[in-house]
Amino acid sequence: MKQILTISTYLAVKEIWRNRGRFLLVSLVIALITLLVLFIAALGEGLGNGNREYISKLNADLVVFQGKSDFLIQASRLGRDRLAAVRRVDGVQDAGMFGASSVNLILADDNSTLKVAMLGVEPGHTGEPRVLEGSQLSTDLAEETLIDANTAIRTGLTVGDTLTVRVTQGTRDELFKLRVVGVTDGQQYSLQPSIFVPFFTWDRIRPKSEAEVNSLTSVANVFLVKLDDTAQVDVVSQRLTAQVGNIETADLKTTIQSLPGYSAQQSTLNTQGGFTLFIGILVIGGFFQIQILQKVSQIGVLKAIGTANPIVAASSIIQIVIVTVIGVVIGALLTFLFSLTFPPTVPIVFNGTTSAIAIIALLLIGPLGGLVSIRYAVKIEPLKALGLS
Amino acid sequence: MNTEINSTPNALETRSVVKTYQTDFGTIQAVDEVSLQVGAGEFVALVGPSGSGKTTMLSILAALLQPTSGQILLDGDDLAGMNDKERVAMRREKIGFTFQANNLVPYLTAVENVELMLRLNKRLDKAGKLRARELLARLGLGERLHNLPGQMSGGQQQRVAIARALIHNPSLVLADEPTASLDTERAYQVVETFAGLIHEQNRAGIMVTHDLRMCIYVDRVLMMRDGKLVRIYTGQEEIKELIGGGSH
Repeated sequence: MKQILTISTYLAVKEIWRNRGRFLLVSLVIALITLLVLFIAALGEGLGNGNREYISKLNADLVVFQGKSDFLIQASRLGRDRLAAVRRVDGVQDAGMFGASSVNLILADDNSTLKVAMLGVEPGHTGEPRVLEGSQLSTDLAEETLIDANTAIRTGLTVGDTLTVRVTQGTRDELFKLRVVGVTDGQQYSLQPSIFVPFFTWDRIRPKSEAEVNSLTSVANVFLVKLDDTAQVDVVSQRLTAQVGNIETADLKTTIQSLPGYSAQQSTLNTQGGFTLFIGILVIGGFFQIQILQKVSQIGVLKAIGTANPIVAASSIIQIVIVTVIGVVIGALLTFLFSLTFPPTVPIVFNGTTSAIAIIALLLIGPLGGLVSIRYAVKIEPLKALGLS
Repeated sequence: MNTEINSTPNALETRSVVKTYQTDFGTIQAVDEVSLQVGAGEFVALVGPSGSGKTTMLSILAALLQPTSGQILLDGDDLAGMNDKERVAMRREKIGFTFQANNLVPYLTAVENVELMLRLNKRLDKAGKLRARELLARLGLGERLHNLPGQMSGGQQQRVAIARALIHNPSLVLADEPTASLDTERAYQVVETFAGLIHEQNRAGIMVTHDLRMCIYVDRVLMMRDGKLVRIYTGQEEIKELIGGGSH
């Protein structure tokens, strides 16, 4: 085995080195495919993250929706009176109201606006994100806000600043001022940077229809529930459904999958990534197949002088692996360099796991694409290759 | 025809070798009951018109083709009874081979091509490397050691192939039309060198050629026709007569 590896590596490396221009071109093609695959993966991650970031980072175990709302947060309406019932259910440690809306944040410098997700959460309850800087929200009625890292980067706001949001209520545009008391990590929601306000403040200043303007009832979208024991999700979920009327519950994963367009978007990007990998397999397979066809007589000579088939096959595999690895490394470096040039508005996120999966897949496409050519090389008959038959 | 050939202890002996092919038009007997012996240190030429079976015979002797029946004894081991793996090992260890053209691995230099045989046989040590260089220098390629095949002439490439065929001390050295792509002067040089090394290193050598002029360097000429070994020319007189006749 060692002998096979030694000789096949020797032959593979010599051939690559003496034809480095040709092999480098193939590596560059693989580098471009790598660039494309990594960007599609990063775009998928970025778009997905933009949709689910807040929910995926929640310290909640269950989300309570209005019955028959199909786990759609925007379609769900839960009155405050139901919250007490939820909190009373055995196994529930805490529950917090959550409301989501979209508002325009007026930037101080040029009066331009930035669309942000304004999320209503209960201070001290499930749903309020931890701050990295500053302090948590104080009371349910305070005119305070926490801004996420994305809002901070894009607006330049810091703790102690006052921000202004423009909201349409009924037929009037209203301006509300909120004092920034804390900055959280990235907490995007619905592909927007987010700001968090105390729930009752949110309920007062959120966009409203004419009918809602004078309503005195506080309505949340969903309740975020933390359990005593996370292993009891199913049991408590059943209890909640039984004891609190007209609700449905979902874990965070289901909630994320139900976000509008999330699954369709992810499957579209995954399909694109898959097709790019498939094209990579065809390109590499085509190149090595053509190369084997060009060197039939050369392989015939090697076999005629006593080179065993495992050496011929291993040499081809090693060549493919080397060319693929070089291509993937160049592609990954290019991707990294390009990523440095993107503004924060471009939803590209290089997640370690996703990138690693993409790179492993890219490393596998070489040997996969080359399988046919390796099989062909092994089947070359020295007699025919040398014109002796 | 069963022809007994007088020689030194036999490196190679074939006994009633037959090779038949089935075609749409019936059975073709490419090699028909050929028995021959080649001793160590003996260089013989295998000649004959196109279709006489000499290339098929060479392929059988090179362990590249299995005969339909008969025996091919190389140092007493019967090639005909061996499986693929054993025949690959025989080609690597006991047989040296030069071909008409495309002899060399194009991405290896002259010395690397020669050393390849030692690598395959796990015998590439300092002494082996030195021997490869000496052999190439002997063949007039001392200045071309690190040239790729594409940087050498046809004659130089053939000489590298000869060095590769001999470097691992094989029992049998085979050459298939080694002068086919060379001009006359180069052809004489190559065959003379080849013959000299075979005699000096005490190998059994067989050269298939259609150019009878090259037979002046061999010890015997075996003539094949229609798959049969029809005549053996022994001694310089007979061989010169054959060359002078200019026909098969």
